[in-house]
This record gives sequence, C-alpha cells and structure tokens, in this order.
Amino acid sequence: MRNVWIIARREYKLYFISPVAYVVAFFFILLLGYFFYRALGDAIIQAAFQPYAPSVQIIISPMVTLLLFVMPAVTMRTISEEIRMGTIELLLTAPVKDWELVVGKWLGAFLFMSSLLAITWIFPIVLNFLVKPGIDQGILISGYLGLLLIVACLTAIGVFVSSLFNNQLVVFFVNLLIVLFIWIIRPATNAAGGLGEQILTYINFIGHYMNFYQGTIDLIDIVYYLSLTSLALFLGAVSVETRRWR
Amino acid sequence: MIEVEGLTKDYGPRRAIHNLTFNANPGEILGFLGPNGAGKTTTMRILTGFMPPTMGNARVCGFDVVEESLEVRKRVGYLPETVPLYPDMTVFEYLKYMADLRHIKNVEDRVDDVLEIVHLEERANGYISNLSKGMRQRLGLAQALVHEPDVLILDEPTIGLDPAQIREVRTLIREIGKRRTVLLSTHILSEAQQICDRVLIINKGEIVVEDTPMHLQAGLAGAQRISIRVQGDGDGLEKLVGELSGIGDVITIQEGLIEAECAPGKEVRPEIARKLITAGFDLLEMKSIDLSLEDIFIQLTRDEPEPPSTDDSVEES
Repeated sequence: MRNVWIIARREYKLYFISPVAYVVAFFFILLLGYFFYRALGDAIIQAAFQPYAPSVQIIISPMVTLLLFVMPAVTMRTISEEIRMGTIELLLTAPVKDWELVVGKWLGAFLFMSSLLAITWIFPIVLNFLVKPGIDQGILISGYLGLLLIVACLTAIGVFVSSLFNNQLVVFFVNLLIVLFIWIIRPATNAAGGLGEQILTYINFIGHYMNFYQGTIDLIDIVYYLSLTSLALFLGAVSVETRRWR
Repeated sequence: MIEVEGLTKDYGPRRAIHNLTFNANPGEILGFLGPNGAGKTTTMRILTGFMPPTMGNARVCGFDVVEESLEVRKRVGYLPETVPLYPDMTVFEYLKYMADLRHIKNVEDRVDDVLEIVHLEERANGYISNLSKGMRQRLGLAQALVHEPDVLILDEPTIGLDPAQIREVRTLIREIGKRRTVLLSTHILSEAQQICDRVLIINKGEIVVEDTPMHLQAGLAGAQRISIRVQGDGDGLEKLVGELSGIGDVITIQEGLIEAECAPGKEVRPEIARKLITAGFDLLEMKSIDLSLEDIFIQLTRDEPEPPSTDDSVEES
C-alpha cells in the first residue's frame, strides 16, 4: 500500500509540472464559467415572468458532459508515457506489484481531478449569494459525490487504456471512443425496449448519475461506479502484467 | 548469487536467447560480452524480473526470478541500457523517489551518499533534463546503488561516456564489485578485460566462451596469423600457401597480399619463404599478426552464412 501512495504522490505533483494539465484545467474552468454565465442569464430572463431560482444543477449538468471529454486528456499520459520513455522498466524492476503501480497512477490522477473539482465549488458559492434563500445543499452534496464517483470511474478507464499503448494520442482517441460509447448508451436505452432496455439501463453510465443529480444517494449507483472503477483497475493491472510476457 | 539454468526466451517466432546456463559467485564481476542483438539485454531483463523466460529458470540471491520476483527485485540494482530518467525531476527528487519505492530508512542521507559516490552532489538540485549524457549514466548508476543491493546488473554502463568518465565508472564498478556480485554487459573487450573476473561471450543467444580474461588471452596467444605480400598480382599464391602443412584458412586481402592462419606452436615462416621463392614469387614482406581479443571476438561471433531457407523478415524483427 505504501508504494501506491509513493507513486500517487509523484503522479499528483507531475500534474502541476506538466502544461497539459494546466491547459485542460484552464479550459475546464473557463467553459464551466461560460455555461454558468449563460445559465444565469437565462434565469434572469425567466425570473422576469415568474418566481424562479436556478438550482445548483446549472453547474453540475455541464460538468458531467465536460468531464467525459476532459478525463481522456488528463489520464492519457499516466502509464503510456512511462512505456514510451522506458521508465516503466524502472518501475517493473523495482519491488512494486503491478496493481500497486496501476492503483498509484489512478490515485494520483484522481486526486488531481478532485482538486480541480474543489476549485469548481466557487460557482455554487457564487450562486448561493445570488439566489434567495440560497441553494439546495442536498443536491450540491449528492451532485458532487456523484461527480467524484464519475471521475474515479473515468480515471480508472483512462489509466487502463493508457497501459495498452505507448502513444498518448492513440490512448486519447481510444479513450474518447469509450467515452462516446458510454454517452450513446442513454439514447439507445429508450430505443431498445424489453430485456435489452433493462440491461442497458443497468449499464447506463450517465443514467446512474441521475439520482445524484436529483439529490438522492442510492447505494446501487455507488456500487455501480465503484465496481466499474475496480474492474478498470483490475484490467489495468492485468494489462501491465501481460506487457511483461510480450 | 546468480544461477541461470537452461534459460530460453522467444519473442514470437524469434528466439532471443537459447538454453543459457551460467553462474555468478558472490563478490564476482561477471562480464557479458556480445554483439548487439546477442541477447544480453534480454537475459538481464529476465534476471531483474522485468519479464519472465519462456523456458528454464534463474535464481538470484537464492530466489526464483519468476516465483519470487519481488524478493529478487528487492535485492537487485539494475541499470537498463537506456537509462530511464524522469526529465521533469531534479536529481535529488529522482533518487529519493527510487529510494522511497524501495522503502529505505533515512532516505535523504542515503541519497546524499550515493550522490557522492557518483560525484553528482553539486547537481543534486538541478533538473535531470539539463544533465549531460555522462551525468545521466552516473545518475542511473546511483539509482541502481541506492538500496545497497547484493547483486548489481548493469547493461552497458559505460556507453556514451567520455574517456575520463569511462575510467571513473570502471573504477567505481571495480570498487563496488569487491563487496557485491556484478553482472555487466558490454561490447567493448578491453573493458571486460579490465573490470571483469570472468567473461561470458554470447552470440545469437548462446554462450560461445566462458573463461577468465587472462585465460582467454593466454589461449589466444598461441594462435597466430601471418601476412604475406608478394610483388605482382600473386596468382596462385593463396593455393600454394594453403597446401602447406600447419596452415589453416588462407584469405586474400588484396592483390598480392594474403593472410594465413597457422597452428600454434609451430614456426612455419621459413618453410613458406622457401616455397614461395622456389615457386618464383617475389616475396616483399612477411610478418606475423598477433590475434587480439578483438579478433577472436569477431571470429567467435562472426555471422555464419545464412542458410538459403532462412526467413528474412523473422530475422530482422
């Protein structure tokens, strides 16, 4: 476990050195700010006709979409860069278990994204000042818990894909494909019907977020995201191990 | 300390190493010699637990490299061929990271110590991206030493260094080798001669020779080659010399110049001279060439003519 922490700490620090992370974080916050501004504008217009207070959902909703596209960029470097630079040889000949490497990489990226999410709290705080009698704290908390789970999950998938290729660009696009697939399940669910609909509803990545979005925390959703995270991390560890056999 | 038995590794259809068997004793510096692509790096990667062999087994410090890989990795210091460094880290941070992963106590003291050993203490807070090639090589060595391993595996440790640095690193390795087992690969013979207690020559994945550098040289001292130059184009010269007793291979270097291998312990030059004169050649020069380790190395590892059926694409991959 100690190795996990050592690797995670290094990984986390690296984000504050590499330009990619700054660019990604900058655009993430910038776009979020833009959506926030737009939503506020709409709310003001609406409020002219009827009593209306925008909820914290106007921040959380675009954040889910943005995360789907930001995560591949944030995680693409994690393991593929080590493979490209040959430093993977260093880690794989150090007394570090393969899963410790993968989990350490995941934890580092996850902590970085958590820091980014923490910065976005500025928007709910601003909103809290703007609306009377303040925002719904329940939705805020459940919404952010859900976001953390989504980030955990997408980070794990990103790290897994990153362990497959030594080219970051390939990693990015493969990861993006997976994310698009996740994205597309939702409309497909309604079209399928019957048993297909039931299965698709269960594996629907965004669907499981809906409860958090509405302000309820359901165990099944937490289990869903955590098990998907574990699965991706497990696959990542297997991928690192099979790399030895090639 | 290192026991290797029947080690074989295939990369797809290509066999990188074939049935290697050797030992390295405690406190011994074992040189691993061979041309590029001979299987040196593959063997070292197996010994360090980076990848498993296809067949055979290897034990380091009494632990199996596959079954007890973590125990092996704890006890081995490894310098890969391309020194794996993180350019974004400072020298100190890098060594500390490596030391942390090995759970060393008093990490900072230990890092200071190895920095002193490799003479990088002045660059401790400099970024790795600003280091010269020689410094990077030494930093790689520091990384391999940081946990005071029992076994040190160094893949071409002096590559890319300038002569002064090479001498320094060699002295360093000899120093380290007094207390630990060192396995180092190189394709520079004089290096193996200088540093190693014992040398393994490996070619195309198989051990060709295993001996001490002294023995190797002594064994070779007997064998000699003679170069003969005559006036004119030297037609029939090769044939004439080749028929003499005690003469091995004869090769024509250029018109009127041949080189003949002769059996050790017998002086054939007077005989050759007589024959040549009788046959009507104008002998200009005849001298013996001592075989150096280099020549023997080239001879031992010379590519045999490819059998026509060999699949080229497989060979190159």
